[in-house]
Amino acid sequence: MLNKNIYLILIISCVFGISFWIGFNVNLLPAEASINAPIYDELFKILFVIGLIIFIGMTLAVIYSLFKFKRRKDEIGDGIALEGNLSLEIIWTLIPSIIVLIIGIYSYNIYDRMGGMKELNHSHEMMSSNNEKIWAGISQSSNNDIANNNLSVEVSAMQFAFLFNYPKGEFISGELHVPVNNKVSMRMESKDVIHAFWVPEFRIKQDIIPGQPTILNFTPTKIGKYPIICAELCGPYHGGMRASIIVEDESDYKDWFNKNKKTEVDL
Amino acid sequence: MTISIDRQKDNHQRLQPNGWLRYFSFSLDHKVIGIQYMVCGFLFYLIGGTLASAIRIELASPMSDFLPRDVYNQFLTLHGTIMIFLWIVPVVNGAFGNYLIPFYVGARDMAFPRLNAVAFWLIPPSGLMLIASYFVEGAAQSGWTAYPPLSITTPQSGQIIWIISVLLLGGSSIFGGINFIATIIKLRRPGLKLMQLPMYCWAMLGTSLLVVLSTPVLAGTLILLSFDIVAHTGFFNPVLGGNVVVYQHLFWFYSHPAVYIMVLPAFGLVSEILPVHSRKPLFGYTTMVYSIMGIVVLGLVVWAHHMFTSGTPPWMRLFFTIATSFIAVPTGIKFFNWVATLWGGKISINSAMLFSCGFIINFVFGGITGVALAQVPFDIHVHDTYFVVAHFHYIVYGGTVFIIFSSIYHWFPKVTGKMLGEKLGIIHFAITFIGFNLCFAPQHWLGLNGMPRRVAEYDPQFQFVNQISSIGALLMAISTIPFLVNIFLSVRNGKDSGDNPWNALTPEWLTSSPPPVENWEGDAPLVVEPYGYGDSFSQKNKKI
Repeated sequence: MLNKNIYLILIISCVFGISFWIGFNVNLLPAEASINAPIYDELFKILFVIGLIIFIGMTLAVIYSLFKFKRRKDEIGDGIALEGNLSLEIIWTLIPSIIVLIIGIYSYNIYDRMGGMKELNHSHEMMSSNNEKIWAGISQSSNNDIANNNLSVEVSAMQFAFLFNYPKGEFISGELHVPVNNKVSMRMESKDVIHAFWVPEFRIKQDIIPGQPTILNFTPTKIGKYPIICAELCGPYHGGMRASIIVEDESDYKDWFNKNKKTEVDL
Repeated sequence: MTISIDRQKDNHQRLQPNGWLRYFSFSLDHKVIGIQYMVCGFLFYLIGGTLASAIRIELASPMSDFLPRDVYNQFLTLHGTIMIFLWIVPVVNGAFGNYLIPFYVGARDMAFPRLNAVAFWLIPPSGLMLIASYFVEGAAQSGWTAYPPLSITTPQSGQIIWIISVLLLGGSSIFGGINFIATIIKLRRPGLKLMQLPMYCWAMLGTSLLVVLSTPVLAGTLILLSFDIVAHTGFFNPVLGGNVVVYQHLFWFYSHPAVYIMVLPAFGLVSEILPVHSRKPLFGYTTMVYSIMGIVVLGLVVWAHHMFTSGTPPWMRLFFTIATSFIAVPTGIKFFNWVATLWGGKISINSAMLFSCGFIINFVFGGITGVALAQVPFDIHVHDTYFVVAHFHYIVYGGTVFIIFSSIYHWFPKVTGKMLGEKLGIIHFAITFIGFNLCFAPQHWLGLNGMPRRVAEYDPQFQFVNQISSIGALLMAISTIPFLVNIFLSVRNGKDSGDNPWNALTPEWLTSSPPPVENWEGDAPLVVEPYGYGDSFSQKNKKI
């Protein structure tokens, strides 16, 4: 009996060990380029490890049963007449409930850190009216933060392109240029069907809905060029509906802005 | 009442053709209808599978070069619609439900045989109509979700035919659901209590409740959508002041329960198969029943997890995250109970058993990614990507379709009196299992790294992984060959199975194989211990 328990403990610790090793060493995600990304990856790792433990454990249990309890040739008779075991069943009701509850609370915490639970606001000079209905997205900053200092962009999506309007400079661009480490606040609206704004490296996505503006705020942290991908089926050329977001340092961004601006403002 | 039903049936039987022509007639026999559902569903599975192969060929290269772009979108729409509404739902509910439920409750037929026949005969015409729409002006091309305004702005004829077809199929599903509820509640043999029914009855009761509660919502939604398309009303058309997100709420109010309509019957079927082949009672009957009902209740209040990026208020996101995560608890109980059913048994490793074990492994994987997807912050990155595609194929193919095959191997001797070949069965399992995992496991990575779903073209860096996936799809296509050969050989000159080749105790096996028209020669047996396997039970469960 003691031997059996030792084997069991050994196997369980092996499963845990392997799962943790894979979870923390195998990287399945693209580069991290926004404040959101490391927070997301933290959640991903935890879910990955828990998932691996359950998956490896269940798979081993099934395969072990198939070998261990295989009917040998010319063996007759039945297995044990075991109809259930209440305490075992209570255990495997309670433990998953606790795990699920902890995951739920933890992901709530992650979502809060991403800014998802904050009151949404969009600092915008051209905001049409105060009672305009704006639907949720991710907000990175509180009301106070948003006041003056961040970059506002108006995104309009149509079959099959994104347009980025910089209201301060009164110009429209097909590429989204943003300065690194600055908050960007986008108000998005679609001209025709539903589209979605997705930057995998930022781990953010928000649908762009006709007749229903949505808001998405983010802070890029890494200089580079990343794809903006439409993720919602929007017609025959859906797969080709792409744009680029160019994250650059402050001075490069200012040069680009000043080159394009229509009105005389200084950044 | 039984007498009048019997007399009606007698009259009807005289008008029916005999032999194989019966299967093309408006038969009232639940066994014939079950087989009609099965064969019809399998033909549509082959069509849907052909469309899937075309999609995987297109995706073997990063450019859109195999199919025209709009045809690609039509194919993915038809693939989803056919596989859900014409293959999985009719087969796990209609085929096995019709064949098995009357046996399990000890009845000679379903409660409403005519309604039953109508429910089946709605399927072939609506399926053919759906496919024919491709040749009219092109089929629907807005995905099986048909989100407006895309579904309002794409070519109208295809979308309207799609709506009519789905409405008819939904009607068929509701007729079936009412019939199952009535049969299980009212037609039970005297002396048979609800808590003595085989687990598949409970699964079908739960499923039918979901069908009856949620399918009418889909029907109403699609009727409103059709008004928007043909009569230019503005329910969902933003140009006329409509709200597109309301459509998504209404659509998912049906279509998330639809996932349980596809998997709960599979949960029931696997609960029948595992005890027989491991010679052990089903572990934890009572908790299994409660967990089915728990899934039914929770399944109705989780729909908005499909809409985390659509613009839902934060409190709603939180509620649906928690509710969705908690579905893992009753589902988990079922999986632990199945493994406990295997534990300590005397397991015969045959095709039915292998497909069932494959189901457990695949579904656990799909369930884990499901819990991850329920978390709003996780979902916001991977929503509408190949991660989601991989997840739901693990549920509906790795889960339900594996159980459909397992059930075919298990009940084929019942239906035909012939055994299926084990060698070909094991080859079929091996190719399906490897092909399936090769096809869909890599897609998780694609989704995490930036490939959205429903695209005909993608970044070149994803080509290698997409090609692996396409090879997996090729294997899945090949895997149907040994299966069809096996069926053909067995029907031609298979080994006689005898009445009860598995020594099973559930009531369908306590009659001849194939069964007589009235199911039993004499009275229906009273089976109060459908899972009374195990040595101490050997004398307890004799045929009464």
